[in-house]
Amino acid sequence: MSLADDIKNSQIWRSIFRHAAPVDRRNRIVVMLTNFFLHLHPVSVRKSGIALSYTWCMGGITFFLFLVETVTGVLLMFYYRPTLEHAFLDILSLRDVTTLGILRELHRWGAHAMVICIWLHMYRVFLTGSYKPPREFNWVIGTILLVLTLLLSFTGYLLPWDQLAIWAITVGSNMARATPFVGYEGPGAKLLTIGDVPLIHSGGDARFLLLAGRSVGEGTLLRFYVLHCVAIPIVVATLIAIHFWRIRKDGNISGPL
Amino acid sequence: MLLVGKGSSVGHGTELSPDISRGLGLYFLVLGLLNAYYCVRLWTDKGFQEKWKGANEPVSKVRLAAFPLVWSLLTTYMLGTSIEFFNGVGPVLSEAFRDWMDRLMGPVNYFVISTAAFIALIVFRRIFAKNVTGWVLLNGSLLFIGISMTDPDFRGIVAKPDNVPITMLIYSVGFTTWLALRQAVINDDRIKEGKKPLEAEGAEKVLTWPDLVYTEMLAMVLCTVFLLVWSICLKAPLEPPASTTKIPNPSKAPWYFLGLQEMLVYFDPWLAGVVLPTYIIIGLCAMPYIDYNKKGNGYYTFAERPFAIITFLFGFLVLWVVLIVLGTFLRGPNWNFFGFYEVWDPDKTVALNNIDLSDLLYLDLLNTGKPSNILAREWLGILLVLSYFLITPFIMAKTFMKEMFIRMGLIRFLVMTNIFLMMAFLPIKMVLRWAFNLKYIIAIPEMFLNV
Repeated sequence: MSLADDIKNSQIWRSIFRHAAPVDRRNRIVVMLTNFFLHLHPVSVRKSGIALSYTWCMGGITFFLFLVETVTGVLLMFYYRPTLEHAFLDILSLRDVTTLGILRELHRWGAHAMVICIWLHMYRVFLTGSYKPPREFNWVIGTILLVLTLLLSFTGYLLPWDQLAIWAITVGSNMARATPFVGYEGPGAKLLTIGDVPLIHSGGDARFLLLAGRSVGEGTLLRFYVLHCVAIPIVVATLIAIHFWRIRKDGNISGPL
Repeated sequence: MLLVGKGSSVGHGTELSPDISRGLGLYFLVLGLLNAYYCVRLWTDKGFQEKWKGANEPVSKVRLAAFPLVWSLLTTYMLGTSIEFFNGVGPVLSEAFRDWMDRLMGPVNYFVISTAAFIALIVFRRIFAKNVTGWVLLNGSLLFIGISMTDPDFRGIVAKPDNVPITMLIYSVGFTTWLALRQAVINDDRIKEGKKPLEAEGAEKVLTWPDLVYTEMLAMVLCTVFLLVWSICLKAPLEPPASTTKIPNPSKAPWYFLGLQEMLVYFDPWLAGVVLPTYIIIGLCAMPYIDYNKKGNGYYTFAERPFAIITFLFGFLVLWVVLIVLGTFLRGPNWNFFGFYEVWDPDKTVALNNIDLSDLLYLDLLNTGKPSNILAREWLGILLVLSYFLITPFIMAKTFMKEMFIRMGLIRFLVMTNIFLMMAFLPIKMVLRWAFNLKYIIAIPEMFLNV
């Protein structure tokens, strides 16, 4: 027996992986069932379903990019403080002072790539008709994940606190003040009054809720930071879990029924 | 050549720095080598020739011989251009061509040409789906970009770090569209012959370990390498610190929202920024519930679900991607349109003579002056918009969507047509603007209710 085999048959190895190395058919099946990370997959898959020209791999890559964003994001949080005083300077020193100064690049380009990949994933799912029964609701979950991905990217856009950031967010969030009924420049907002007192005004409408102020400021930075680093990722992670679980439950990866 | 003049003969800041010249030399070298490999295959490999002309299709001997010849010449041109750039004397686009392109392009032409290209894509999808078409389009666009990069304005926009994803988006969407239509065309032929789609052939199961997990592993490694190279080569943009007093012109939203920002030209924020995006989300969610067609589940096809595919492709390709490209590359200061090679001049003025429907009715047509009562002033617009959304569905149900209406049932049909009409509202509003300078169909600024 070689040393590798010795290690793989040792008590420690087996206690961690719960099975022998996946070299024969039995253990290749067992590995999928007994490994926490692999058990998302079925034991076997339809051959045509995993052809690259068919799946494009885009859903998996989107998930991988989500993991990349999580890891680089956590590392960035060690360096970055979401205050007017520090935000911009922290980003500056991330570029100029920090060792391995491509952390922010990985995070930003990864985010752009994630948006493109999720679009291409939905494009493929549409073009192969894979949203049709029994996968209707998983498509809905996917659409919500699309919206949340865009929101993640949008909230992250503000954090460097440079000109690009605040004006992009200003342009984007200006829409909120035109929300019907709940934006102060939206149709119907003037109808919501108690006596002569307007319920919806520039200091209390959808945009104010989003920005924590009448314009993009320190409150916005904190709000977007918390949404970006905590609130939205938790929801996204939960929905991804459900999305994957539903793939298994709704007849596995797509293919002709 | 007509399009291309030699280095020093053209002014307009086209003197290329040695770095850019070398970079373009490398670009054309890679492009040339890629095509040289392609040419070698064309000349020597009979099986490869079969592949590019498409199986079962008779091609005349002359064309069969001419294509490799033409392509070899093109490859020689690419490699020659590469050497020229390395020597710092590469070709640049002639001023005449650039002016002609800039004059030709405008929001109207851009959108109309894109829509025409989309219709051509659908009608001639068999031709589009061929290997050779894909290759010609890819090389044509790469040549165009390569030569255009000698123009400082084009370079300034395309090479902006945050705009790089748009170029990736264009190529990845182009490639995947080609790939999907190619498989759809093959499957449609098979189904016509009574066979099952290609995807049904590989129905036998393989073990996830190793067949799938190794692919996933490889994909992760490649993605990591790709991201690392991208991050090392290109710094993330960082502009001067935020200032609430210095407003940049143009102020643009993040690139993935630029389609929505472009809609602001035609709609007020409450529609372009709130209602239409909500409709996109609801429309996507509703899709599996309103698409009653049981065919085409799990394989590429066009012929079995033409309505669904044409509608979705129009929405995604023309109303989303094309508008994002427009918003990113072609909209400059004051959201004015600027051609590929035009200087972003903040003082460029465009005549704004847009009028509302009520102006058209009372001032131009009746010459009576506008009534002060809002309802009396806007009745025609309100009537038109309401009938568009409330009556058109029933006309559709009675005429060309008769069968669809019967098969879908009332509620499904009303939801589908409502989303469909909302989507069609954008191109309709665009055409009304271009044809009649129409600003608002309903204009009630008193209540922020402009449509």
